[in-house]
Amino acid sequence: MSKTILTEAKLFLREPSGPIFAILLPLALLLGLGSIPGFREASPDLGGQRVIDTQLPGMMVILSVVTMALTALPATLVTYREGGVLRRMSTTPVGPARLLVAQVVNNVAVAIVATALLIFLGNLFLGVAVPRAFLSFAGVFLLGAASMFGLGLLIASVAPSAKSAPGIGSLLMFPLLFVTGMWIPREMLPDLVRQISDFLPMAPFGQALRDTWAGHAPQPLHLAVMAATVLVTGALATRLFRWE
Amino acid sequence: MPNDAGHPAGVELATPSPDTKAAPAGYPGGFRRRTADPSVDGMNVIEVSNLRKRYRDRLAVDDVSFTVKEGEIFGVLGPNGAGKTTTVECVAGLRTPDSGTVKVLGGLSGTRLKEQLGVQLQSSALPAKIKVWEALDLYASFYRTPADWGTLMRRVGLADRRNTFYGNLSGGQRQRLSIALALVGNPRVAILDELTTGLDPQARRDTWGLIEQVRADGVTIVLVTHFMEEAERLCDRLALIDAGKVIAVDSPAGLVARVDQPVRVGFRPSRPFHDAVLTDLPEVGEVRHEAGRIEVTGTGDLLLAITTALSSAQVVPGDLRLERATLDDAFLALTGKKITV
Repeated sequence: MSKTILTEAKLFLREPSGPIFAILLPLALLLGLGSIPGFREASPDLGGQRVIDTQLPGMMVILSVVTMALTALPATLVTYREGGVLRRMSTTPVGPARLLVAQVVNNVAVAIVATALLIFLGNLFLGVAVPRAFLSFAGVFLLGAASMFGLGLLIASVAPSAKSAPGIGSLLMFPLLFVTGMWIPREMLPDLVRQISDFLPMAPFGQALRDTWAGHAPQPLHLAVMAATVLVTGALATRLFRWE
Repeated sequence: MPNDAGHPAGVELATPSPDTKAAPAGYPGGFRRRTADPSVDGMNVIEVSNLRKRYRDRLAVDDVSFTVKEGEIFGVLGPNGAGKTTTVECVAGLRTPDSGTVKVLGGLSGTRLKEQLGVQLQSSALPAKIKVWEALDLYASFYRTPADWGTLMRRVGLADRRNTFYGNLSGGQRQRLSIALALVGNPRVAILDELTTGLDPQARRDTWGLIEQVRADGVTIVLVTHFMEEAERLCDRLALIDAGKVIAVDSPAGLVARVDQPVRVGFRPSRPFHDAVLTDLPEVGEVRHEAGRIEVTGTGDLLLAITTALSSAQVVPGDLRLERATLDDAFLALTGKKITV
């Protein structure tokens, strides 16, 4: 298994556009937007918080996770399926599932590296606090990442071609990012939109990250929705995934 | 190739059978030990009986039966869409037949089967950015008793491409890597599907040479192909498949012998003579005149019979040509259609 992960990691680094995008874009946005003076002042819209406290860094963590989960992972897996890479694996004793696991591990690793850099450099250059409820934050991160990667596997299962996979990923990603508060903080979204989004896969993840970043406990509803997303997407992807 | 490292040799050696003595010369290495395997019924490595497989509305394989003996190169020959690939996919355990039975190596299945069965499939590939050595190293790690991939890489002539990305290999190099990957698990049986399709003639010949070497190591090979020349050159026995059915199973020579009049002699006579000179000969079937030439079809030692008869009639055959029936003719004779793609 370790050799498969290692080999996939090498392949990953040879075509690094995905990982670089997932690491550098959120980092650049955090440091760039974080230097805008208005975002460093207490905002009444955020209940007295500053934008750089949890809104901006939380969203950037989400952005790096979903870039890997909803576009990079499905694109690679569908390309592998189309090219017959999975088919060839299925003739060996280990089977193609091992390749899928290796891919998920590598993509999650990139999201973890991106998040660590966001926390570290955000703290260094902008004075953004390290997530205060750190263990809860880490737990939320893993659960939320699992839900997003479950969704990514589901996209890889249903996408008819390698060309359509990133498109389907984006189609899902942008509306979800919107209600998660990527462009307008969730506090400023209409109540109805916010209430509905609590039951969608991404927004609970974003809110729970922000809650734990600020040192609060995550809301049980958000944890439950994330867990349910993991179960539902996992079950569906298992049923629907085609190896060739 | 280090075949001896692999299989539970103790079990096999414990019950030597008389068959071990019968191993034909020219198949050195591994071969003898393997024939002593009591789990294999007699010498049959693969037994397929009444195999049937339907895809939605299309019957891909319709009652296919054949057996493959240890150490042989067995060809599955037929036109595109005849059901060849589906048949071998069922043998490889990649598809479940609708009915019929497949017994490989005495009835192995699942992981145990895949440890012993190397498969090179049509339309399977590797990631573009994987290097040749990485692919071999990775695939070797999938098996409990892999071959030494360095040796294998040299044997398939890819040592100088060790660090080349898969995406930058030529078609022939990819095929050779593909063969190496099918063999890296040290299999007892290798299924190779449409191995030389899309290769230039030189690459095709190189690949054939490689297959012969692999067989010489005692690996039983199932070769799926629609190239007559390939089947004729490599295969000990062939199953001719058409429209999901087995038309005939025989050696290439045996199949050709089924053609009614397998020999054809053509010449330009030095002077006119009566057809009866030829048609009276028992070897001669048909005599035809074509623009000053005479074309004779028949059987047996046709050439000798004709030249002797012409000599007695004082006719000199000019521009004398001899053609033998090919597998193409055999396929035509057996199915009523050409195999050409």
